[in-house]
Amino acid sequence: MSEHAQLLRIATAGSVDDGKSTLIGRLLYDSKGIFEDQLASIEATSAKRGDEYTDLALLTDGLRSEREQGITIDVAYRYFSSPRRKFIIADTPGHVQYTRNMVTGASTADVAIILVDARKGVLEQTRRHAFLSALLGIPRLVVAVNKMDLVDYDEATYEAIRSEFTDFAAKLEVHDVTFVPLSALKGDNVVDRTDSMPWYTGPALLDHLENVHIASDRNLTDVRFPVQYVIRPQRADGLDHRSFAGTVAGGIMKVDDEVVVMPSGRQSTIKAIWGPGGAELDEAAAPAAVTIALNDEIDIVRGEMIARPGNRPHQGTELEAMVCWFADDSALTPNKRYVVKHTTRDTKAIVTGLEYRLDINSLHRDPDSTELGLNEIGRIGLRTQTPLMYDPYRRNRDTGAFILVDELTGNTVGAGMIIGPATTGSNVVWHAGAVQRGDRGQGRTLWLTGLSGSGKSTVASEVERLLIESGHPAYILDGDNLRHGLNADLGFSAEDRAENIRRTAEVAALFADAGVVVICSLISPMRADRDKARSVHVAADLPFTEVFVDTPLAECEARDPKGLYAKARAGEIPEFTGVSAPYEPPLTPDLHIRPEDGTAEEVAQRIVSSILGI
Amino acid sequence: MTTRTAVTLSHLDALEAESVHIFREVAAQFERPGMLFSGGKDSVVMFHLARKAFWPAPMPFPLMHVDTGHNFDEVIEYRDKVVDETGVQLLVSYVQDDIDAGRVVEETGVGTSRNRLQTAALLRGIQENRFDAVFGGARRDEEKARAKERVFSFRDAFGAWDPRAQRPELWKLYNGNHRKGEHIRVFPLSNWTELDIWQYIEREDIDLPPIYYAHQREVIERDGMLLAKTRFLETLPGEEARTELVRFRTVGDATCTGCVESDAADNAAVVAEVAGTRVTERGATRADDRISEAGMEDRKKEGYF
Repeated sequence: MSEHAQLLRIATAGSVDDGKSTLIGRLLYDSKGIFEDQLASIEATSAKRGDEYTDLALLTDGLRSEREQGITIDVAYRYFSSPRRKFIIADTPGHVQYTRNMVTGASTADVAIILVDARKGVLEQTRRHAFLSALLGIPRLVVAVNKMDLVDYDEATYEAIRSEFTDFAAKLEVHDVTFVPLSALKGDNVVDRTDSMPWYTGPALLDHLENVHIASDRNLTDVRFPVQYVIRPQRADGLDHRSFAGTVAGGIMKVDDEVVVMPSGRQSTIKAIWGPGGAELDEAAAPAAVTIALNDEIDIVRGEMIARPGNRPHQGTELEAMVCWFADDSALTPNKRYVVKHTTRDTKAIVTGLEYRLDINSLHRDPDSTELGLNEIGRIGLRTQTPLMYDPYRRNRDTGAFILVDELTGNTVGAGMIIGPATTGSNVVWHAGAVQRGDRGQGRTLWLTGLSGSGKSTVASEVERLLIESGHPAYILDGDNLRHGLNADLGFSAEDRAENIRRTAEVAALFADAGVVVICSLISPMRADRDKARSVHVAADLPFTEVFVDTPLAECEARDPKGLYAKARAGEIPEFTGVSAPYEPPLTPDLHIRPEDGTAEEVAQRIVSSILGI
Repeated sequence: MTTRTAVTLSHLDALEAESVHIFREVAAQFERPGMLFSGGKDSVVMFHLARKAFWPAPMPFPLMHVDTGHNFDEVIEYRDKVVDETGVQLLVSYVQDDIDAGRVVEETGVGTSRNRLQTAALLRGIQENRFDAVFGGARRDEEKARAKERVFSFRDAFGAWDPRAQRPELWKLYNGNHRKGEHIRVFPLSNWTELDIWQYIEREDIDLPPIYYAHQREVIERDGMLLAKTRFLETLPGEEARTELVRFRTVGDATCTGCVESDAADNAAVVAEVAGTRVTERGATRADDRISEAGMEDRKKEGYF
C-alpha cells in the first residue's frame, strides 16, 4: 500500500447470528490482514471450544466476556489494507445495546455494510440498521446477502431480498445501495469472486469497497472553520505569531478569502494557512487540521466559527434535532438540562420539548411519548445558553452533530443531529391551526433542476397532468413565471439567484404543507441553493425530491426553444447558465433523467410512479 | 506555480490530521495534560505529531517516562538526546522507587519482568504530577483489548479501565469530563497501524533509537523468541548466547522484549519488511502478552495504558 492510499471508514451492522464477525474475519483473512500469531491464537481457542472449523469471529471479539459468551459487546475497530485503500472497520454489535453502538460506529463511516442472512431475508433488524444508517447520514449502503451457500446459491432468493430491501430503502434518504450475494464462511464474493454464483455479474465485496467513490461526500461548498485553539507563543526572541488552530469542517478555505467570525460578525481576510508543523498552504478542505492567520487583529476564542460573509451557518439558541438516547440510568425528558458539545463549543442547554418518539422498527411516530429511554430515538426542541453556529446535519455532519453530556456524571448520554432552527419558541410565534397536517393530503416537492432548454418545463407539465388525472392536487412553480410576480424585483446576480431559489423553496414548502404536490421547475444552478431548498423541507418534515434533468449543453443549445442560447452566445445576455455562468450538477440527485430515458410522457410517468407508487 | 493544498488527503495526511485534532482538543479541554514517552517508535511519532500540532509554539505539556530500570542503553541515550535538543520537560517515574519503598514486590526467578510493576509507577506519576489527561501511544491494531479502546478513555480514581462502561464516542466530539482524582487517557494514534507508523517515520524522516534497525547483537533464544543478552537477563542452564543480525519491532523492558532477525537497515527497508510480515509485532516480540489470552485486558483494568 502506498502512503498516498485513501482512507475508507466502514461501519458494519447485522443481527445476532448473521455472521458479521465472520465476514470481517474473512475480509481480513483473505486480504492477508490477519497475522499468523493471531490466527494460531484463534485456532487454539476454537479447538479448545470444540468448534468444527476455525471461528474467525474470535478475531474481533477481543474481551474476555465476549469470547466466553460468543457475542460482541462493544464496538471494536479493525484495520486492513489493499493496494488502493486503507480500511477502518467499526465492528458494532448486533444486539446488546444495538442502537447506541451502531450510532457510535456509524457516526464517522463513509460506507455501511448491512448483513442479511439469505435464509431469513429482510428482518426488522435489517430495516432498523438501514434506517439508522440513513439517519446518521452514511451516504452509501452495501447490503451483503450472506450465507448464500445455505440456500444453494439460489438467484431467486437473492433477488427477492434485493427487491424487498429496495422497496424499503425508497422510503429512506439513501440513494446509493449496492447488493452483493456472498458467503462469509466459504469466502464466496468476499475478497475473490466466486464461481458458485455465475448469475451475479457485480464485483466482490472488497472490490466494491476499493472502488466506491467517496470524494464527493465532503461538503466543499460551505466554508466552516470552528476555532479549536489559539496559538500565541510567548517567546523571549520576540516572535510575533497569532494564529487559530482547528479542523476544517466544510468548504475550501483559501488565502485572501474574505471571512466572517461568528458570533461577533467581524470581517477580515485570510493572511496565511499552515498545515501541521508550519507547511504553508494555499488552500485547505475538510478534514485537514490547519492553523490560519487573519489580516486584521480580531479577538477570537475557542468555540467561535469562521465562515464566508455571504455563506454563513445558522446561528441561534433555539433548534430542533433528532436525538438518540444512550443512558440506561436516566431518561431524556422535556425541561431537563444538559451540556451540549457542538464543534468546539460547550454550552448548557435545556430540552424544550419532545415532539415525538420514533419507533425505529415501524418508523411510526408517537407524539404522545413523554421521554426517551435507552437506545430510543426522538425529535426534540433544544434551547442553548449561548448561540450555536450550525448547519443541518444532512448538509454537514461536523457542524450538524452534537452530543449531550449529563451535568452531574459527565457521561455522554445522547447523540444529536440538527434538523434546523426551531419553528416555535422564538419571538416570531408559529401560528398553529386547528387542522393538522395528517388531516390534509400528503404534499411534497419535486424540484426539477437542469440547464435552460433541458426539458424541465415539458416534463413538469406532464407530471402535473398525470397527478391531476389521478386525483392528486398538484401545481407547477416555474422559475420564469415566478419572475413575473413574486420575484419580479430580482435580477440574475449570484445573490439574486440565491434569493429567487430561497423564496421559491419557502412557497413550495407552504404548498406541500397544504397537501399539494408542487413541481418546481428552475435552472437553480448552484448546489448550495438547492441544498438550502431541501433543508427548508427537511426542517418542516416535508418530502423533497431532487430531479436532475440531465440534458447535455450541446443538445440544449441545439434545441434553444426560447432563442436564449443564441442571444447569450452573441453576448446579449450576461451571466447565462452554461455559457457564461456555471452550472453545478447534483452529485446525488434523487432521480436522474437523461435524454435517452424516453419521451417527456414516459419520463413523467416514471417520476410519478417512483415518487407516489402509482 | 504549484498550489500547495490540503484538499486531497492521503491516508497518512488524514491520520495526521485526526491526531493533531486530538492533541489540540486535549490542550483546550484540560488543565494539566502529560505525555507518556518511552523512546519507542510510537511515542516518538506521537511526540513528533504533538509538536507539529502547536507549531510554532512549544508543545504545551511535559513528557513522562515510566522507567523500569531495565532499559536498552541506546533508548535512554536517545531519550536524553531528544530532551536536550528540543528543550521539552521530562519527568521520570522510577519503578525502582516503588520497589525500594515496598509499594510493590518484585517477582523473582527466570522469565519474570518488571512490566506489571510499571502500573504502580505510572499511577503514582499521574498522581504526583496531578495530570488530568495522559497521552499514550497505544494503537488499536496492536492487541485485541486495545481494539476496544476509546480515543478518550475514562479512568476512575484508581486509574482503572471498565470496558463494559465506556462512553460512546461519536464524530470528532471527545468528552473529557472527569471529577477530581479521575483522569482521561488519550490515544491519538488509535487508528494508526504498525505500517502507517513506519510509512510516516519514512515520510517525515524521524530519528529513532538505532536498535530499530538491523545490527549485530548477542541474543538468547527462548520459547521461540530472540531475547537480547543484557545485564538484566538471567540465563537458564543450557541457554547459549549467539550473535545474529537483528532489529527490534517494539521497545520496552529489556527482559521481555524480543528482537527479530532482519537485515532492514534503513526506513525504506523497514517499511518493506513490515508490509510483508505475517506476524504481529506483539506476537513476535512481547513475552508478557503471552501470559494469558486476556493479559492486556487484565492489565488495562488495573490501570495500565
